[in-house]
Amino acid sequence: MTATTPALTDRVRDVLGSTSLDDASLRRWLHGLPGVDEVGAHGRAAMLGTRSIKTTSKAWALDLAVSMVDLTTLEGADSFGTVRSLCAKARVPDSDDPACPKVAAVCVYNDLVPVAVEALAGSGVKIAAVTTAFPSGRASLPVKLADTRDAVQAGADEIDMVIDRGAFLSGRYLKVFEEIVAVREVCDEAVALHGRRAHLKVILETGELSTYDNVRRASWLAMLAGGDFIKTSTGKVSPAATLPVTLVMLEAVRDWAALTGEIIGVKPAGGIRTAKDAIKHLVLVHETAGERWLDPDLFRFGASSLLNDLLLQRRRMRTGVYASADRLTLAT
Amino acid sequence: MPTFEYAPAPESRAVVDLQPSYGLFIGGEFVDPVDGTSMKTVNPATEEVLSEVAVGGAADVDRAVKAARRAYERTWSRMPAAERGKYLFRIARILQERGRELAVLESLDNGKPIRESRDVDVPLAAAHFFYHAGWADKLAWAGLHGAALGPDGVPLPLGVAGQVIPWNFPLLMLAWKVAPALATGNTVVLKPAETTPLTALLFADICRQADLPPGVVNIVTGAGATGAALVGHPDVDKVAFTGSTAVGREIARTVAGSRKKLTLELGGKAANIVFDDAAIDETVEGIVDGIFFNQGHVCCAGSRLLVQETIAEEVVGRLQQRMSQLRVGDPLDKNTDVGAVNSAEQLQRITDLAAVGDAEGAQRWTAPCPLPENGFWFSPTLFTNVSPAHTIARDEIFGPVLSVMTFRTPSEAVTKANTTPYGLSAGIWTEKGSRILWMADRLRAGVVWANTFNRFDPTSPFGGYKESGYGREGGRHGLAAYVKEA
Repeated sequence: MTATTPALTDRVRDVLGSTSLDDASLRRWLHGLPGVDEVGAHGRAAMLGTRSIKTTSKAWALDLAVSMVDLTTLEGADSFGTVRSLCAKARVPDSDDPACPKVAAVCVYNDLVPVAVEALAGSGVKIAAVTTAFPSGRASLPVKLADTRDAVQAGADEIDMVIDRGAFLSGRYLKVFEEIVAVREVCDEAVALHGRRAHLKVILETGELSTYDNVRRASWLAMLAGGDFIKTSTGKVSPAATLPVTLVMLEAVRDWAALTGEIIGVKPAGGIRTAKDAIKHLVLVHETAGERWLDPDLFRFGASSLLNDLLLQRRRMRTGVYASADRLTLAT
Repeated sequence: MPTFEYAPAPESRAVVDLQPSYGLFIGGEFVDPVDGTSMKTVNPATEEVLSEVAVGGAADVDRAVKAARRAYERTWSRMPAAERGKYLFRIARILQERGRELAVLESLDNGKPIRESRDVDVPLAAAHFFYHAGWADKLAWAGLHGAALGPDGVPLPLGVAGQVIPWNFPLLMLAWKVAPALATGNTVVLKPAETTPLTALLFADICRQADLPPGVVNIVTGAGATGAALVGHPDVDKVAFTGSTAVGREIARTVAGSRKKLTLELGGKAANIVFDDAAIDETVEGIVDGIFFNQGHVCCAGSRLLVQETIAEEVVGRLQQRMSQLRVGDPLDKNTDVGAVNSAEQLQRITDLAAVGDAEGAQRWTAPCPLPENGFWFSPTLFTNVSPAHTIARDEIFGPVLSVMTFRTPSEAVTKANTTPYGLSAGIWTEKGSRILWMADRLRAGVVWANTFNRFDPTSPFGGYKESGYGREGGRHGLAAYVKEA
């Protein structure tokens, strides 16, 4: 099986500089990318973590961070009730402050998409669904596509798919590539149904990829295959999003834009719980990919408890004192 | 959408208690200089006068050396080594406790960003005291072959050390000098740099706070003549100097033929060598850190960038992009990356050498960073089309100016890197381990960094080849410089 559309074939030929698309050509290309020095990447992330964001810039960054949250619930125990509650929180994060921005999206399992669609109607908050046998991705391609199609048909605006890490780590890059391409095609089916594409976020599960070289290669492979976003983690594997991982992925989208002109988004997910962490990530975005990416269309936080810490800090900026967490509403 | 402007985040000056004037620290007390002259020390970022500092004359140096001799003979050399160690541990802890005060004062007097004084200078200074405190009662096991031993088998101290330090890392260079001298049982007279005396004077206060016996550490501020008087004093047993090669030469002449032991840590023109398989993002960070750290006022700065021709264009492009993001300005702002040049004199030297670069045909590129109006500033600068024959490829600029050259093969890189009168440090950037070892074997430099740059640790000896000086500081090698030879 090879890339299905002529456009994709052309693009692969341009980027890889190879007419054949197979594991070997993908391997040559991915392993030809510059390596990542772990010590250096940690040092850079730590240095950017010392940036001191105060007063007006902090207020601005907090609002931006709220507007970038993909408010997430991905539990086996999720019910219609918890999803409705999540959606209510997404519409009005801080009931005491009408100036508080809405979050970017809610992120739920695909069977709960219809509940979210109903609860978020007219709000402008997007609905993201995790699919492709999330979180392990251990299912056949037809099952993954059916899983995705379900979510797309139910009205999901965004699809968060997982890559096949087993295939990636054993060098079967073509399988990873083709699965992303196939899921992307299902996302495109939304045009006929809803008049717009479903945006595709590709979860790399960096905690299982283990090295930064792998994170860089998986990022490029996902971008080549047509992902709109690259996302760090499912949140089910530790470590999830870390500053150095986000740094490497931001470098990837920056370099991809320089190469192809395409602007791909980045979504760190899992493990970002405090406003301080979120602001460190925004500094990273600002000083790595650049100003352009400081936009909810291009950068998201996959998180749940982060939102309330952002709101506490917003209140603190406004009133000068910390409010009790009991004053904030629960997400689920 | 508005841009992400970082609001000013200045560290508070309130933590520093600046005196309007300072005397000399001799015999455990601040005293006025005999002839009563003084000099002003200014904040290079604003040209504001911070304080007046005494200028020590020959008579003051003599008083200080006598105080040091007395303390050496009566107290310090007779004290059990474990007791000496306790004092050093105490000083190390106070350096940590008063870290913020020291960092702010260092940034005020020197112009370096608070991020560096806070995260590098002060913690490393404390680390040097902790490290040497541990050695104080273990010198017999330090493997100092060739040292003269006392009856207990412990290497013997030299006596009084005269130490002259530069303005680029005032407190850190003090720590590099004072900690090993005291740990091995010597007493010291230290002459801080003319433009940056304040943290040394605060250190004097820390010595008192630690109850260090009077005279063990003496600090005589002043300019070149003060240093010359110290180096030339007949009762000094050991001279340690960090600074320019020109002054180092004079000191070597002065000391020649005397019994004084000498270590010199002088200039450098380090090659930072980038191969085409290097981890490119971290390499660019390393190049930036190598030359713009501390405004390039670093003797081991990676001021000559040697890039493999295959990736030269890409590296220069990425470097320019990265340099454009450097935040140049108020040293006390926690988000500042590059601070002020230390003095008008140094700014003039950098400006002149950069102009020679233009005149000799190199291509200048200046980072578009806005500069403050007052104070001494030089934008991060890159020169391409540099030939090894150019002045900016040979002379130490000691400022934020990087000269970029190319090479084609590893042996060409080695030849170009070694063709310099200096030999202090070098950097190698490649993902290939065997090449790192091959290169490091052939580079004539005291320190060779691989896939990093400007990393320091008290356990690691630091020092140069050729005109970068002789002797090592730090590690066991550094201890050897402060004990008697058999």
